[in-house]
Amino acid sequence: MTDIVVPETTKADWTSDQEPRWCPGCGDYSILTALQMMMPDLGLRREDTVFISGIGCAARFPYYMNTYGIHSIHGRSPAIATGLAMARPDLNIFVIGGDGDMLSIGGNHLIHSLRRNVNLTILLFNNQIYGLTKGQYSPTSEIGKITKSTPIGSLDEPFNPVSVALGAEASFVARTHDMDRAHMQEMMRRAFEHQGSSLVEVFQNCNVFNDGAFAAITKKANRDEMLIPLRQGEQIRFGADNEHGVVFGADGRATVVDVADVDESQILVHDESRRDASLAFALSRLSSGPYEPTPVGIFRAVDRPEYAAEASKQLAFAQEQSGPADLRALLHSHQTWEV
Amino acid sequence: MADTAAVPEVRQLDSIIVRFAGDSGDGMQLTGDRFTNASAVFGNDLSTLPEFPAEIRAPQGTLAGVSAFQVQVSDHDITTPGDAPNVLIAMNPAALKKELHRLEPGGTIIVNEDAFEDRNLAKAGYDETPLEDGSLDAYTMFKVPMTSLTKEVCKDIGVKPRDAERSKNFFALGLVSWLYTRPVEPTLDWIKAKFGRQELVAAANTAAFNAGHAFGETAEYFDVTYEVRPAKLQPGVYTNINGNTALSWGLIAAGQLAKLPIFLGSYPITPASDILHELSKHKNFGVRTLQAEDEIAAVGSALGAAYGGHLGITATSGPGIALKGETIGLAVSLELPLIVIDIQRGGPSTGLPTKTEASDLLMAMYGRHGESPIPIVAAYTASQCFHAAIEAARIALKYRTPVMLLSDGYLANGTEPWRLPDVESLDEIDVQFATATNAVDAEGNAVFHPYVRDPETLARPWAIPGTPELMHRIGGIEKEDGTGNISYDPENHQRMTDLRAAKIAGIANDIPPTMMAGDVDDADLLVLGWGSTWGSITSGMKRARAEGNKVAHAHLTHINPFPADLGDVLARYPRVIVPEMNMGQLSKLVRAEFLVDATAVTKVKGQPFTAAEIHEAILENIDD
Repeated sequence: MTDIVVPETTKADWTSDQEPRWCPGCGDYSILTALQMMMPDLGLRREDTVFISGIGCAARFPYYMNTYGIHSIHGRSPAIATGLAMARPDLNIFVIGGDGDMLSIGGNHLIHSLRRNVNLTILLFNNQIYGLTKGQYSPTSEIGKITKSTPIGSLDEPFNPVSVALGAEASFVARTHDMDRAHMQEMMRRAFEHQGSSLVEVFQNCNVFNDGAFAAITKKANRDEMLIPLRQGEQIRFGADNEHGVVFGADGRATVVDVADVDESQILVHDESRRDASLAFALSRLSSGPYEPTPVGIFRAVDRPEYAAEASKQLAFAQEQSGPADLRALLHSHQTWEV
Repeated sequence: MADTAAVPEVRQLDSIIVRFAGDSGDGMQLTGDRFTNASAVFGNDLSTLPEFPAEIRAPQGTLAGVSAFQVQVSDHDITTPGDAPNVLIAMNPAALKKELHRLEPGGTIIVNEDAFEDRNLAKAGYDETPLEDGSLDAYTMFKVPMTSLTKEVCKDIGVKPRDAERSKNFFALGLVSWLYTRPVEPTLDWIKAKFGRQELVAAANTAAFNAGHAFGETAEYFDVTYEVRPAKLQPGVYTNINGNTALSWGLIAAGQLAKLPIFLGSYPITPASDILHELSKHKNFGVRTLQAEDEIAAVGSALGAAYGGHLGITATSGPGIALKGETIGLAVSLELPLIVIDIQRGGPSTGLPTKTEASDLLMAMYGRHGESPIPIVAAYTASQCFHAAIEAARIALKYRTPVMLLSDGYLANGTEPWRLPDVESLDEIDVQFATATNAVDAEGNAVFHPYVRDPETLARPWAIPGTPELMHRIGGIEKEDGTGNISYDPENHQRMTDLRAAKIAGIANDIPPTMMAGDVDDADLLVLGWGSTWGSITSGMKRARAEGNKVAHAHLTHINPFPADLGDVLARYPRVIVPEMNMGQLSKLVRAEFLVDATAVTKVKGQPFTAAEIHEAILENIDD
């Protein structure tokens, strides 16, 4: 993007002098480490990089990055980041938040930043619980969740964050989990490189209030059978011997089958660049929770005009049409008369 | 034809108050606006008051659908759109019914006679036509079949009757223009420019306007016309301007003066949307606008842009301020410049969206959680909104703080002639971004501490992303004095709270003294005002003083902090009254701050004070 050589950096350069204050064993540590280790590979200047968060455990993230950053208020980080991205298209902006921050109090800002396609890399740490307020159910908690605020069980149908993002016209949507550093880094890198809003859902374990929520699918022993890797241009297959696959049914639903039971050519070949989001959406519906085989990887990555760039073009267009700023001419632009 | 008509007498008046009223779809705002413009170009001083319903198209012909526009045109300096109109133009029965009570005793009524048919009369609640039952005998009434005359004149140029009917407001405008000897060229030129591409519409409006003018001249109906000579205004170039446009231009000027790009995040809301519209038109000034998904995103995006080094602005009305409160609090904590504009309207809740009120003062002052003081600047005339916007920007940028800029529906939509300032005379706003480290850490390394303050202003450095070596993290959690690191230390929180308060209080030394008028040295009564009541207070006080009363007027352009001399000013006079378009909010503030026995004079009727109401309040309260 620029001819000027960016000095090489190391993980230490991206690490601030503040001690992380998450509970010991929190999944946030592995996400932070994965990101700090990956940052040098992106070839960025620290001073051109900004982390913006809302409120929640995940939202402490900016304090630990040696970049610019704002730890803002609950739910509003996509809105604040949108203003910054429009004002400063030269910056690399990351938005960090949890499921309560991004999908409950800030749900409106999340969907609108996704549809606008502002150049933001949004990392949504989903632990299916409110941690900082000590354990209430969240908008991604399963129905029937017993918490302090729902002693007889929660009644709310949970959001599927990938489905929400696809429904909000997101141009890049991916999913990963906190037990696989390499996969997290690949998803974050691809999300960053994407021009426009990119959303990465990260399954994150809250070992205090919702321990093991994702264990059924992310534990090493379970991954082969329970995680469905989405790989560009490859058939969607999983299992120790790739014996399972995903087919697209006549009813518009994606379904898991045993490859032996179908004609192999029926197995879906993954294409993240499909303009139409229907198939990506169908894939997001394969699993309704972390207890059945769940796709991870990039669901959708399509090119769409980036918002801040388009807004800048309008400024250039206006200057072409109306000429450069002339305050005197503006004040005299309505009918005037002389006394 | 004209040569056969008797030449009516021309009577000189020093001012006239005209009120146009009709159905929302009758184009009354446009008609009033054109009459105003012709008068402005003629050289009169003027002041306008548009009043329209919140509904875009209320049921036709009903009282709810009446839209009105009042203008005072004068040969001398005036400050209000006038109390009681001298003439009422009523385009239908509903307009007559709703507006008649405002007319001065014995005033003139001009009605569109065609509209007074059974259906319209019933919709307005008349059992029989008031044009014939003698109920209007106390007034001078002219019945003019405007609709049929307009249709008639449009027939010749090939306009369908139904389309022609839409031009009847131009017939009314032509007639009133003749009656008050207004120049016709500005209106005819405007029609040409506005409707040039739609030839038939332009032709119909022109024909209707000319027909109205000719009707006055030839109908031998009016035996007198009136003339209001040009006002002796200060020499200069003038334009007619409303508050929202002046405010928008002031924001653009502030960006130029500070050499900063502008970012406006806004969500559509009456009566503030025109600021979003106006700024969106001027992207060639480096103005970025975002129509956000909600009020919270609007202020959030403006704050994000401010972090990036832009002049961040959000504009809304009361309901929007309520939603923005948490983010304004964040801006207080982040200590970033931000302009928050509240074009006040009637409340609570949706209240009276299109009517004026000034009842958000205490919300502006205290409407956030925690100790979160912010400066408040209040505009006081339509054109002065330009300077108020620049002043809000100056304070925000210099002190790195959100500033509340208060205007209201009356200022927003009302117009007045504005002597255009010399652009060169506007003071530049000096803004310096931080470029270097400002502290040394325990190991002796040069570091940047985001909350090290300027000893004079107590403002913190504005270090924008992209600046090497100054990477820092800020947030809403309490910060350690200096380093800006998270701190829960009790002593530190007290210190930071004190510092934030002292920073805002210190602005009192950087603003003009209280604006004073009238019998400053020996008044028996002080009228303390703020915001758009300036015009009514000025006119009302003039009447009281003309009767020999000793009255002074203090008007606040800055409400937080108050001007440094305000306490002395209030102590100087035996009586203080505070007229406000709320239930007494400024009076509460000055009573609490200065222990002064200030009497609130309140009004919440969706309309500005009349000069008569202020005059009366002065007489009631002055110590004889």
